[in-house]
Amino acid sequence: MAAKPTFSQEISNLLYASQGSPLKNCIQCGTCSGTCPVVNYMDQTPRRLIGMINANLKEDVLDCNTYWFCASCYHCTVRCPAKIDIAEAMYAVKRYSIWHKTYSEDLVGPTFSETFVKTIINNGRSFEPVLAPTYMFSMGIKEVLQEAYMGTQMMLKGRMPVLPTKIKRLDNFKKVIRRIIPMGGEK
Amino acid sequence: MKKFAYFPGCSLEKIALSYNKTSVETSKILGVELQELEDWNCCGATTYFHVDQLLAYTLTARNLAMAEKEGLDLVAPCSACYKNAYTTNKYFKADPDVAEHINYALEEDDLQFNGDINVHHIMDIYVNEVGVDAIKEKVKVPLEGLKVAPYYGCQIVRPRKNGEDVENPQFFEDLVKAMGAEAVDFAERLRCCGGSLIMTSRTAALDMVRVLLKNAVDSGADVIATACPLCQVNLECYQLQVNEEFGTDFNMPVTYFTQLLGLALGMPKKKLGIGSELVSAAPIFGEF
Ligand code: SF4
Ligand code: SF4
Repeated sequence: MAAKPTFSQEISNLLYASQGSPLKNCIQCGTCSGTCPVVNYMDQTPRRLIGMINANLKEDVLDCNTYWFCASCYHCTVRCPAKIDIAEAMYAVKRYSIWHKTYSEDLVGPTFSETFVKTIINNGRSFEPVLAPTYMFSMGIKEVLQEAYMGTQMMLKGRMPVLPTKIKRLDNFKKVIRRIIPMGGEK
Repeated sequence: MKKFAYFPGCSLEKIALSYNKTSVETSKILGVELQELEDWNCCGATTYFHVDQLLAYTLTARNLAMAEKEGLDLVAPCSACYKNAYTTNKYFKADPDVAEHINYALEEDDLQFNGDINVHHIMDIYVNEVGVDAIKEKVKVPLEGLKVAPYYGCQIVRPRKNGEDVENPQFFEDLVKAMGAEAVDFAERLRCCGGSLIMTSRTAALDMVRVLLKNAVDSGADVIATACPLCQVNLECYQLQVNEEFGTDFNMPVTYFTQLLGLALGMPKKKLGIGSELVSAAPIFGEF
């Protein structure tokens, strides 16, 4: 059993905790694509992405923006006649692309996720203003201006925190993380 | 009435403070006792899952373990927190291997989780524990004539929890009617608001918000009611950006269902958190 796992097996392995049926059961009906509210913005539809994973088209899968545009809304998941958990499959490809650093530089999603997680690991809570500047460089200028305007409005309305909240047992919390990801507690 | 461990979540600390306050107050009026979970941590929204699934489950399990230690079921007003807590609880019970890894990590915080509690969304408590009829009896200011678009969004109904109806749920409509208001026929009520795509794929998310706002206007709604801070912020705070991007002129108030419920239950108006929104909801609340 020394054979290298295929790409579709690798993705399936990342779905270990999901209770959906195997991706191979996809009948290419297109219900997911017809349901997806973000489909117009995706390079490949959800149906095509599942088909591409099953066909081991690793490069094509990793090159497309589909999974980073998935909003994790589970609308496709609850409707799939083959009972495939498509939303979880999208998560699995996101993780694959973060771990293997294959995502393209112009996507904001991966930086956002990594920054968000780092903020939580250091505080135990998330905090919008700390979060914003660190991933803003990956946004376009228009988005940055929109964000700055929104942030100011929210601050004036008392809806923006000034200081980050930290949990009390932060040291323990970081140790918990280190038991899952050995380097997870690092700054 | 039962007591619950209350997990407000990060958004409710500030950006959705009005949701926090009105959840606590309406619970009191309805006889639901909420005890805030001590030292709760962020559930990670969707981002932990992008990075590591086991980490996501473990950090959520820390909150579950603390609730279990108090002997209480967990209740969350944020749909994203609710979904994370619910699925963690479910997978913990279904997979002994996941459970073992989680508990090995939790030892570092002197915690153990046994999977002995249940997880609820706050609306679930109101509808199923308190009951729509009991709520109706407690209404002091019926919201007569108010047309409300009940916006479910995603995670309060999806993924499916227990064989319930995910295509045509009615519990939100029932709750709106119990307040004496009219629940308009809001066809896109189950469609996603874009969630965190508002940060990562701005144009796509604004377009998703646009579709929802348009449908709410077309359905004749005076106000959209939400049960999730992500939905509320996307639909309300980004309305101006939608108007800029698509040349629309939306001016649709979006409030938490607990703010409307608080109004109906006779909470003092000052305590409803009205005035902190970017699209004013004052005219709506002024009528009652
Ligand atoms: S809905 Fe399910 S079976 Fe149909 S194309 Fe999508 S993944 Fe395949
Ligand atoms: S979970 Fe993702 S792929 Fe599925 S319908 Fe929602 S946005 Fe589309």
